[in-house]
Amino acid sequence: MATFTAPRLWSSTVGKKAVMAVTGVVLLLYVVAHMAANLKIFVGPESLDGYGRWLRGLGAGAFGYGGLIWIARVVLVAAVVLHMTAAVQLARRAHAARPVAYQVRPRVHGSYAARTMRWGGVLIALFVVYHVLDITTGTVNPHGVPGEDYANVVASFQRWYVVLFYLFAVVALGLHLRHGAASALRSLGSARAVQPVAVGLAVLVTAGFAVVPLSVYFGLVK
Amino acid sequence: MKVRLRIWRQAGEYDPGRLVAYEVEDASPDMSFLELLDVLNERLIAAGERPVAFDHDCREGICGMCGMMINGSAHGPRRETTTCQLYLRDLPTRRPITVEPWRAKGFPVIRDLVVDRSALDKVIQAGGYISAPTGSAPEANAVPVPKADASRAFDAAACIGCGACVAACPNGSATLFTAAKVAHLGTLPQGQPERAARAAAMVEAQDDLGFGGCTQMGECVAACPKGIGMDVIAHLNHDVLYG
Repeated sequence: MATFTAPRLWSSTVGKKAVMAVTGVVLLLYVVAHMAANLKIFVGPESLDGYGRWLRGLGAGAFGYGGLIWIARVVLVAAVVLHMTAAVQLARRAHAARPVAYQVRPRVHGSYAARTMRWGGVLIALFVVYHVLDITTGTVNPHGVPGEDYANVVASFQRWYVVLFYLFAVVALGLHLRHGAASALRSLGSARAVQPVAVGLAVLVTAGFAVVPLSVYFGLVK
Repeated sequence: MKVRLRIWRQAGEYDPGRLVAYEVEDASPDMSFLELLDVLNERLIAAGERPVAFDHDCREGICGMCGMMINGSAHGPRRETTTCQLYLRDLPTRRPITVEPWRAKGFPVIRDLVVDRSALDKVIQAGGYISAPTGSAPEANAVPVPKADASRAFDAAACIGCGACVAACPNGSATLFTAAKVAHLGTLPQGQPERAARAAAMVEAQDDLGFGGCTQMGECVAACPKGIGMDVIAHLNHDVLYG
């Protein structure tokens, strides 16, 4: 940061992308941990629900029961707000930078993942709102008993449209990561070729998330 | 062979423009695209009409003056080729060819296919130089440059400032241009003292001129007639963030 103060950096397009990269990495780390923890559903109800209790009890001595979770939530919400604010501002800037559109402009080069970053991101955000109401608060969950995570998940994924929405969202997430992971490193100034890593990460996260609703719906997890 | 064209005609910056259909009956597949426009213009002048205005100079692919959207691709469909080096044999001619000027807020249309690209000069003026007083030209090998650095700097220096990256970018960003200049100077020993300040000033100038930000779609790299790669954008980001 030799030349840019924080406000000056935020005002520049390079700075906004750097903020998106850092917040994206924070959200990515959370997503990978969340995906891995979800797989406990295949061990059994006690494994998943026990994990939930363990997580709430983490750091209870310092922050109280569930305190660390609230700290994590504040960090995640801050990351999402910064990530989306920068994205919206860059999108508006891009719109203003080409006031007259081309009459003929075939989509030739950019990957599908790169082209769907903006609307894909919106879809993921909408899904997260529903997902929190479904699994975290239980508001729209058919079972909806706090602490009974396993039963809540199984109840939710009995409905085909919920499964479909979930799959749609995790594919959008995979595409988002496929472009985002590679783009983030370049935004932070690394010229390394990370395309295969980004593809691998995207496939791993998508498959890891998708396997849960599919297993519940097709009766592998009851 | 007969070539049908749809060319953007616009009398001046504030006049409304529209696509106008033309036909050139006696075109040859070995004509360059600019030669096709020359033939069309001779006919238009003979008929007392206003010829199609377009930028061009060296017609050797090195000056960066020519450039237009041909069927929606900057400099046409052939990779690493400027408009002047594009030949009719490289183009599908069964359907009309649509020709439009570069579209960007920073590139106002002056007339027809000619846009004002002086915004790129302003980005250079913000820091795209080395301000050491050099006196007379120094001995060429006085400052050793590692071969790898020299090659990377030369690859970036291949940028001819044609503006195809801006024209192709979905965000209307000039980042590939700015990054090429920053990487070119910032890779060489002579460019080190001003390296951080240069990157910061050039990015700010580019932002202030109304260009969009880079989201790494890669359209610029596909359109660049000089084959400049995304690595220069990483270099730019590095210099802006870490100095």
